[in-house]
Amino acid sequence: MKTPVVSLENVSKNYKSLQALSSINLQLAQGEVLGLFGHNGAGKTTMMKLILGVISADAGDVTVMGMQPDNKSAWHMRAKMGYLPENVMFYEQLTGLEVLTYFARLKGQSKSHAKALLEQVGIAHAMGRQVKTYSKGMRQRLGLAQAFIGEPKLLLLDEPTVGLDPNATAEFYSSVDQLKTQGTSVVLCSHVLPGVEQHIDRAMIISGGKTLALGTIAELRAAANLPTQIKPQGLNGALLEDSMLKSYVNSAGHLTVPEQDKLKVLRHLLADESLNDIAVESANLEQVYQYYLAKTEQTKNTKAEA
Amino acid sequence: MREILTVANKEFQDGLRNRWLLSITLIFAVLSVGLTYFGAAASGAVGTTSLSTTIASLASLAVFLIPLIALLLSYDSFVGEQEGGTLLLLLTYPLSKNQLLLGKFLGQGGIIALATVLGFGSSALLLFIQNSDIAILQTFGYFILSATLLGLSFTAIAYMISLVASEKSKAAGVALITWFFFALVFDLALLALLVGAETGLSQTALTQLMMLNPADIFRLVNLAGLDSSDVNGALAIAIKANLTQSQLLMLLLGWVAAPLAIASIIFKNKKL
Repeated sequence: MKTPVVSLENVSKNYKSLQALSSINLQLAQGEVLGLFGHNGAGKTTMMKLILGVISADAGDVTVMGMQPDNKSAWHMRAKMGYLPENVMFYEQLTGLEVLTYFARLKGQSKSHAKALLEQVGIAHAMGRQVKTYSKGMRQRLGLAQAFIGEPKLLLLDEPTVGLDPNATAEFYSSVDQLKTQGTSVVLCSHVLPGVEQHIDRAMIISGGKTLALGTIAELRAAANLPTQIKPQGLNGALLEDSMLKSYVNSAGHLTVPEQDKLKVLRHLLADESLNDIAVESANLEQVYQYYLAKTEQTKNTKAEA
Repeated sequence: MREILTVANKEFQDGLRNRWLLSITLIFAVLSVGLTYFGAAASGAVGTTSLSTTIASLASLAVFLIPLIALLLSYDSFVGEQEGGTLLLLLTYPLSKNQLLLGKFLGQGGIIALATVLGFGSSALLLFIQNSDIAILQTFGYFILSATLLGLSFTAIAYMISLVASEKSKAAGVALITWFFFALVFDLALLALLVGAETGLSQTALTQLMMLNPADIFRLVNLAGLDSSDVNGALAIAIKANLTQSQLLMLLLGWVAAPLAIASIIFKNKKL
């Protein structure tokens, strides 16, 4: 097996009395895209800072491309890492091209490289304008261009699609897919967003500095064992009269079916002549996420009661 | 080195863009040319005044202005980037904290140094063309060198403030207090000590105390070589102490290096 690009082993980090991360384990392979989910204060940014080497872990080992990122000798490898921080305000009085050229030079790249990146993210037309005239979406694109400097082997993106319109979001995801085929590993740090699941290989859900779940979406969905929603049309209330289906009907008139009964119910429905359409929806990422959050809440509560 | 120069270049360009270089140069030029030609107006005459009077008046004005300008230019250098989020971003680049600090210092220090040379140099040149006395260039040379060092010293002090402060507005407040302390309070306190101390303060002790203030060292550098009839107050006594101009300049250089070193230590321990 190849050595992972990022490896966290039993990593913990405290800020004074606050435990920001505790016993985190993660291996990120080359060309893998990981979705890192959790709400504000869950420890997402702390984890990114640890991987970037801006802060050091209190316990455990952080290894990035075979080195400790907080060590001085690992600095040259930072040119191969791209980071998009959340809510970054670039130098307002500079033009987009000036900002990107500055950052490109710091990574040993040229002005023409900066120009090419501005074209790639679609703001080349505004590169001669001051950043203060940019819209939220344009600033976000500039930030992305900044993260893409030097064809990084590892990309850490904090809320990359905030402020992007649907078109730009689609373009962004296609850039991620493209980078992935070039062998770039990506950590997408985000609140759960619709559409993100097709672009990530694995998801990691954290809360309160602890890992709640880590695996492919299919694995997480299977482990959560969330029911499938089935929405048949054309049955005209026959559902409630059917002895087999009756128990699955929910308040909206749809069927909520556990994974193991899904096929049985579908066959039963398809046998009905009056059925003219059917929609089957597996639990989406958001529901999986909610499930894991709710589960920890429950264990916390039971612990408190005990 | 490439990293330091990249940062320095950006900071220098910022100084040009924000018209800092232009306005500081203009202030210094107007001041020095004005004092050179009209310094004697108070005594009823217009025309160039004596070199020592000119330098004495220039020094006593510059000692207020230069620290204020340097603090204004640099107080938000780090805290501003911290608020914007670019400081964290820069530190994820292949760029050490010291390289960032030195780069900023080179860039912003370059603005101050260039403005000092151009601004005060212009009147030195004017005087020299009129009188063609080599002593003018020498005296102004010391003045410009010490003024630059004074500016750099307060740039480094501004970095300390900028690295400690958590907000831009707080940094501005602290910078103002710092200026007030070094430019005014310190000398008043010295005077009070001089007058109030029963046994009287020895000349050496007084001079040693003055070494604790870069602004006072600057004054001493420029007044030491002059006719002491143009100088009065606590300074006149201190001047008689036997420190050479080059020793004083070395001390001023120490006042550049020390705050810079402290800023580096603060930066190293700064939480992000």
